[in-house]
Amino acid sequence: MTMTPLIETRNLTVRVPARPLLPFLAKDPAPEILCDVSLAITPGEILCMVGESGSGKTTFGRTLLGLMQPASGEILFEGKPVDGPSPRHFRDIRRHAALLFQDPVSSFDPRQRIGSIIAEPRRILGRGGTDLSAIAALAEAAGLPRQLLNRFPHALSGGQARRAAVARALSGMPRLIVADEPTAGLDVSVQGGVLNLFRRIRDEHWTAFLIITHNLSVARHVGDRIVILYLGRVVEAGPPAEIFSNPRHPYTEALIRSEPIPDPRQRRSEPPVMGEVPSIAHRPAGCEFHTRCRHVRARCRTEAPAMQHFSDRHQAACHFPLAVAAEQQEPIPLPMTS
Amino acid sequence: MMRPAHAALAADPVLDLKDVSIRYGGLVLAVEGVDLDIRPGEVLGVIGESGSGKSTLAHAVLGLLPKGTAVGGRRFRLQETDMLSADEAELAALRGPAAAMIFQNPMTAFSPIHTLGQQLTQLLWRDRNASRTEKRQRIIAMLERVGIPDPTAKLALYPFQFSGGMLQRVAIAAALLMRPALLIADEPTTALDVTMEAQILHLMREMNREFGVSILMISHHLGVIAEICDRVAVMYAGRIVEQGPVGAIFADPRHPYTRALMACEPALIKPDGGPLPVIAGEVARPGTPGCGFASRCPHVMDACRSNVPAWAFGSDPVHGARCIRSAP
Repeated sequence: MTMTPLIETRNLTVRVPARPLLPFLAKDPAPEILCDVSLAITPGEILCMVGESGSGKTTFGRTLLGLMQPASGEILFEGKPVDGPSPRHFRDIRRHAALLFQDPVSSFDPRQRIGSIIAEPRRILGRGGTDLSAIAALAEAAGLPRQLLNRFPHALSGGQARRAAVARALSGMPRLIVADEPTAGLDVSVQGGVLNLFRRIRDEHWTAFLIITHNLSVARHVGDRIVILYLGRVVEAGPPAEIFSNPRHPYTEALIRSEPIPDPRQRRSEPPVMGEVPSIAHRPAGCEFHTRCRHVRARCRTEAPAMQHFSDRHQAACHFPLAVAAEQQEPIPLPMTS
Repeated sequence: MMRPAHAALAADPVLDLKDVSIRYGGLVLAVEGVDLDIRPGEVLGVIGESGSGKSTLAHAVLGLLPKGTAVGGRRFRLQETDMLSADEAELAALRGPAAAMIFQNPMTAFSPIHTLGQQLTQLLWRDRNASRTEKRQRIIAMLERVGIPDPTAKLALYPFQFSGGMLQRVAIAAALLMRPALLIADEPTTALDVTMEAQILHLMREMNREFGVSILMISHHLGVIAEICDRVAVMYAGRIVEQGPVGAIFADPRHPYTRALMACEPALIKPDGGPLPVIAGEVARPGTPGCGFASRCPHVMDACRSNVPAWAFGSDPVHGARCIRSAP
């Protein structure tokens, strides 16, 4: 079944913004933060974008909403290309999209009450900003106790602030929510609640999500599809079950195996990947992961790999993709009483 | 099995706490009735969520709490020093040789306006007999050991010229240069990417084996605790609610909070599309009468709300929990 994607990028490339002063001194061309990213998000899909810091995942989310300008490539909203870089051209997208910032408290006006903060997008979009019962319903949907609507942002706990941010994002009735590290800094006992909330919103309103995270296990539980970025390039994409049971790119495998396992019987004897992400100013030749790859061969050092399709939803860019695992690994058996 | 060979159980503990309580400003209770000890060469993990008091406890060991904080209890000893009666000069003498700390954010742990060489040399001020060249050689050797490439050239650089992961390696080197008996690590990998986290944890374990340094590991991450610790203390609302060898804690968690925490850990949940578990309600303030977890506990009884549960040990005398239900 093919559905028109809600939002799509074609060969999107974003460069480090040129310095406004003395542009003639700027290095030409400026380093690329995102390279040739082609992705589509369909209505009601939860797409999780995973990568280390500096992989360009936040830049992707910001570029989708017109907060950063692409150097080349296209952004399409409901099949229609955005035909200019100014906020005017992004008006359509922005009327239907909401951004959840990494640190919710700093994204709130400290002198506005939570209720008014939640109502603001409706007010601006003319979608019933003064409808108090609707605002209370939004807070309720986000799991925020009604009595908190009269408080100021500083009086909320981390989990409550996150819920208030979700309520505000929902208030404009968006069709796309871009969530940048929505669980960073939350305790595990609270994190599940926020992720459950995302799934419920999707099920009820068919809202699409782009969740940007460095936490693979979060992506595994909430995502319909996972996209792995390395140095601004998509190296692998696919459904979580396939990515986890059968990663094809060595980088994906390294990320999965780097996550510490909460079982002292499964300690690792050595780190799965050494070294650090190279600088985007000095991209390695060939496959950009070859400097850290365990399976590197001569061809990887000179020739950039093309994207290979393993199934209609699973693809990876590697010359020597990892073999299909003989049997699926169980995700850590742990005896749990009660 | 989990314990390194040199951790002789009979040896005097590096750190020994009995019934320690900490009040900010002398009033606000943050840590209550904590019993804890760390043997030479042992890695002890303290796990807890935000507000559980785990960082307060770590800072107390180095005497880093703000002025006016009341630290009291029956016993609080770091090596041979009684921390309850130590004055500022004694505390200063302990920082370095007895215990050193690495912090969550290595970027703010160093001075931004001095080179690494200057900062690391200053740490060695106690060695009055060593010449500059000797100190420099020790620093270079240690940086090399923690995996800094080309350490000699790095001495002339400033902290901002390093990545977070590299700077955390330097922080570990800096701590170990002072040859401490105890290394306190407060969420040392929280600000790092998973690939770097794995490398830093691996380095810490190597340092533990090589130098025999004891480690007090503070973390909210079950995976980190399982990866590196010999023994674990679970903190909730200012109290330790469960304590025991890492294998026993993970295989047979006894306190309902420990169980709830493990039930919420995404890495332990099989993805089946169902809702993720949460612990409903808010964390109680330290000092709440009765068991701190009573307000969120699925097995709560009336007695839980009035009395602080005593330690209960099962067949295994080193694995205990403070829960009425696990009392024999």
